[in-house]
Amino acid sequence: MTGKKFEYAPAPESRAIVDLKPSYGLFINGEFVDPADGRAFKTISPATEEVLAEVSEAGKADVDRAVQAARKAYDRVWSKMPARERGKYLYRIARILQERARELAVLESLDNGKPIRESRDVDIPLVAAWFFYYAGWADKLDHAGFGPSPRPLGVAGQVIPWNFPLLMLSWKIAPALAAGNTIVLKPAETTPLTALLFAEICQQAGLPPGVVNIVTGAGETGRALVEHPDVDKVAFTGSTEVGKMIARSTAGSDKKVTLELGGKAANIVFDDAPVDQAVEGIVNGIFFNQGHVCCAGSRLLVQESVYDEVLASLKRRLGTLRVGDPLDKNTDIGAINSAEQLARIRELSAVGEAEGAERWAPPCDLPDKGFWFAPTLFTGVSQAHRIAREEIFGPVLSVLTFRTPQEAVEKANNTPYGLSAGVWTDKGSRILWMAGQLRAGVVWANTFNRFDPASPFGGYKESGYGREGGRHGLEAYLDV
Amino acid sequence: MTTTASLPVGQQLEVGDIVASDASLRRFLHGLPGVDQVGAEARVATLSTRSIKTTAKAWAIDLAISMIDLTTLEGQDTPGKVRALCAKALRPDPADQSTPRVAAICVYPDMVPVAAHELAGSGVHVASVATAFPSGRAALPVKLADTRDAVAAGADEIDMVIDRGAFLSGRYLEVFEEIAAVRQAAGDAHLKVILETGELVTYDNVRRASWLAMLAGGDFIKTSTGKISPAATLPVTLVMLEAVRDFRDTMGRQVGVKPAGGIRTTKDAIKYLVLVNETVGDDWLDPDWFRFGASSLLNDLLMQRTKLTTGRYSGPDYFTLD
Repeated sequence: MTGKKFEYAPAPESRAIVDLKPSYGLFINGEFVDPADGRAFKTISPATEEVLAEVSEAGKADVDRAVQAARKAYDRVWSKMPARERGKYLYRIARILQERARELAVLESLDNGKPIRESRDVDIPLVAAWFFYYAGWADKLDHAGFGPSPRPLGVAGQVIPWNFPLLMLSWKIAPALAAGNTIVLKPAETTPLTALLFAEICQQAGLPPGVVNIVTGAGETGRALVEHPDVDKVAFTGSTEVGKMIARSTAGSDKKVTLELGGKAANIVFDDAPVDQAVEGIVNGIFFNQGHVCCAGSRLLVQESVYDEVLASLKRRLGTLRVGDPLDKNTDIGAINSAEQLARIRELSAVGEAEGAERWAPPCDLPDKGFWFAPTLFTGVSQAHRIAREEIFGPVLSVLTFRTPQEAVEKANNTPYGLSAGVWTDKGSRILWMAGQLRAGVVWANTFNRFDPASPFGGYKESGYGREGGRHGLEAYLDV
Repeated sequence: MTTTASLPVGQQLEVGDIVASDASLRRFLHGLPGVDQVGAEARVATLSTRSIKTTAKAWAIDLAISMIDLTTLEGQDTPGKVRALCAKALRPDPADQSTPRVAAICVYPDMVPVAAHELAGSGVHVASVATAFPSGRAALPVKLADTRDAVAAGADEIDMVIDRGAFLSGRYLEVFEEIAAVRQAAGDAHLKVILETGELVTYDNVRRASWLAMLAGGDFIKTSTGKISPAATLPVTLVMLEAVRDFRDTMGRQVGVKPAGGIRTTKDAIKYLVLVNETVGDDWLDPDWFRFGASSLLNDLLMQRTKLTTGRYSGPDYFTLD
């Protein structure tokens, strides 16, 4: 024994399983094609700033081509196919996702910066679960509660964010295909690689050409897709700002729209809470996925009588978080997804300090290269602080206090958002009462950031509209 | 003294106030923060995915060996069997002298003289179970005599069992007084208090029993006798580690933890050490503060140790079977 400290040796997951190509085309009509004007951009690993691959940038013409392919596949194949056959394709995709889970997890961590423990144990298993779940619905739509023989909408244009690249893809694609729609999907410009690997999986599954099309690019590509006149349904997950633009640009059209936007969730800890598990829940609520979670528990509301105890436990726990190489199997917190996002987190944290909140972070060594931010908490935060109102979308927790359940509800609801909330108490009746009072799409009791394909997810107010997941998630893709 | 739902951090409590009556003790134990079963088990599941390799693994294996209470608690135990086990404790791997010794030998009281003789001066402790182990169903004078007998025979450590019947029927003060009496009877010997968590069933009970044992003066809290299933589990050990951590914060005294029974593989042992590391930290990563009650675990640790040094697995016949 060399000393009394238990130092975990590096335990990196091998990259060898991932076969990265130098460049990727657009996935249109079942094959990879070059964009019309030949434009491309680079995607990097946020942990090292290493260039991973060059990815095509779809222009208006490419998006049009993809929508046409989707329309043709919808008219000629997918809408005509017996529902049971659609289900078979979905089951096949789900099984391939499971078979290639490790490859997908490594690629997700490389491109996104999230720890392999999360991509391996959370993201990818949920992706497969989503496909299995909606595969089961494909031939049972008559029994989904939307009347007999509900019809699909047609071509769905879907735009997804960079925080859970493949998981958000599954939330969008699985219900849309099960309901009988065809798809043009645009992944985020910083995390396109797993979506392109998913395109290969569609080929492997023998999915008819044009049923799923993947166009890569940035905001302009997304705009071209959302505004395309032959798109029947728009589904977006991302920032409230972009969500509002989409709502404006689709207003007056007969496009059906669902938006899943930002959040500033309250995680409420009562004095009778199981403290050790509540602290785990707080950590999981805000530091899961570097806080790049729209439903993150970014506002901690602690009952004043247990404030000292909870805060002491929380600080001690933060000291054990392992920040570093996303591919190390022991990493808890990976890299911030992009330089742009890091700048925003830094800016809002500086505002927090300037407005008088007290900033604290455990001592931690951050790598020199890449985009990193230490897990941080702010105490002495009030509702009037910007860090209590604006979505930071990073590993930054604002701690507030309350005295009575009524005050907790008032503070929790006093936000333009309403995506999620957490309640920690040993008292079942209080959980039920709180759930009835909180204006949030998801209320977690004695847990946080738990997802299941059977459970609907979505927001109130500026967090968006429409529900994803469960039977409710089908409604967004059916003409009902 | 008021007991609140939470433990004041850094504030010293007086044991005398807590145990003034059955009612005050109950109020205190039931005022401890609850344990959410799902959350505790989820935490353990996450920590179990830690990947401990190469140098970290070698370090953890040696630490685990040095934390073992090498145990034989059978009706068929004989002086010969105990002597053999002592030899194993002193030289776990005859082929490799760099292998650390185990922490202690754990036997029934009548085998203590044999073990004490074999281990004299070696630094390996002699632990004896006592107090009508494993059921604890005997009168208090019998339990105390059992304890004094073991100490007189040379036991450095006493592993007592609590009266689970009294605990489950809410007679906490009775349990407290019994532990305190055994504490006194054990004299200078280290007292490990076996909670038999498999019979307490809920994590809330485990947390309360842990506090009860610590308040009564236990030096260690131990999960199980090994005679009841389930014996030691990771979530139960997590709850006990949280209890010793909070107890030190509030009462200013450090107490050790010993999971016992059912820990058979290196993989298991390393999961426990990770749990210690990330729940209570370095202060408990020491045989003085964390032990494994085990018998077959040692050979698996030795096998993995050999694999790490030589790069090859050798068969079970290359490790001694005592």
